[in-house]
Amino acid sequence: MLHLTPDATWVLDGGLSSSWDPSARVSAEPTSVSEQADRRRAAWMAAAQAGDRRAYERVLADSLALIRSVARRQGVAHDALDDVVQETLITVHRVRHTYDPARSYDAWLAAIAARRAIDALRSHGRRGRREVHDELALDLAHERDDASTDSERTQEAARLRAAIEELPPGQRQAVEELALKEHSLAEAAERTGRNAGALKVNLHRALKALRGHLHGEP
Amino acid sequence: MSSDPRHQTLIDALGAELTPVRRLLPPWLRTLGWLLVVAAIAAVLLIHFGPAPMLRRWAGAPDLAWAAAGAVLTAVSAAWVAFVLGVPGRSRAWAWLPLPGVLLWIGASGMGCLRTWVVPGTSIATLHQSTDCLVFIVSFSIPLSALMIWLLRRACPLRPVLTAMMVGLASAAASASLLGIFHAFDAAATDLLVHALAVGIVVAANAAMGGRLLSRR
Repeated sequence: MLHLTPDATWVLDGGLSSSWDPSARVSAEPTSVSEQADRRRAAWMAAAQAGDRRAYERVLADSLALIRSVARRQGVAHDALDDVVQETLITVHRVRHTYDPARSYDAWLAAIAARRAIDALRSHGRRGRREVHDELALDLAHERDDASTDSERTQEAARLRAAIEELPPGQRQAVEELALKEHSLAEAAERTGRNAGALKVNLHRALKALRGHLHGEP
Repeated sequence: MSSDPRHQTLIDALGAELTPVRRLLPPWLRTLGWLLVVAAIAAVLLIHFGPAPMLRRWAGAPDLAWAAAGAVLTAVSAAWVAFVLGVPGRSRAWAWLPLPGVLLWIGASGMGCLRTWVVPGTSIATLHQSTDCLVFIVSFSIPLSALMIWLLRRACPLRPVLTAMMVGLASAAASASLLGIFHAFDAAATDLLVHALAVGIVVAANAAMGGRLLSRR
């Protein structure tokens, strides 16, 4: 019988094994700890499909480790793992109706996480090629900075982070999506489910509020 | 485990906008829906042309019947695989499933070609007549592909190009099966080449356009 562990599901889904179907139906009597965990998540997701918020939040929180493990195995760098987790959670939310509770939840999630990890690697590759000169410039600029400037910058960054945290959720989301992650308006609209106009308004208000907070402007 | 505080914020936000969802219908049910449309078209063609000429051709050249069976098998299996690939977590190894049908289809059609060399004087399609076959297969494949892509609209094909190729293969095989109902010519080399070209065009067009349509997830 197929033994479903987070790692095994990825290996099987990646087509590296000769096994026929990694998402084999979950057996009536789970035999291992990982299978029991898989069945528990499957039950939560089934409840979430019916609108149970508590089960949904549990299953998402319980999915983080598996998503990270899949992303790591795909070769995603340590500092980019959390971005893959975020992207995967958003995709899971968008396609949660495609999960069939008669099948393994872990196999379903691992397939989505593997896809988002590949997307992240590709986009990182593209950005890396584009920004090679910028990184050089950054290194050179950094060498000229002395320790006191560094410390000032760290303090400024911390103040900015704190100010962003204090923003209302809509404005904070707009800043995170458009300014920090540098998504286009269309991408941000797709990721957040908000329309582009609302995002623009939120970003405008957020920038105004941040200016006021940091520089004492009205 | 320790994790980025952003995750908890996102989980809370996603939880807040959770609504009940209607589950995706199982792949076999959506395959059945698509096949019913193909069957309805086949019924109309059979009523119009009658089954007798087709059965006569099959009796005279059994490899034509085998080729038709291969095309039907390809259409059914490729359609099912297209719907299966729209569900995350299902193995891409399923993409090999239509292979036996394809081999039977090509093999039996190839035998037909060989027979026309061995038994000369059989009715062989001219290039002009074969072009009609190409137009038929391509033009029937368009609505059949569109219908399948519509049936996949709520799915999540993580391999959109492979899925779109299966859509193309299923549509082209179904169109070739429908063509067999009234196709008055034997499986000659020109015919086989034109059929292969038509299937190639449909699969490639789907991979190029369908893949883009399906990759929005």
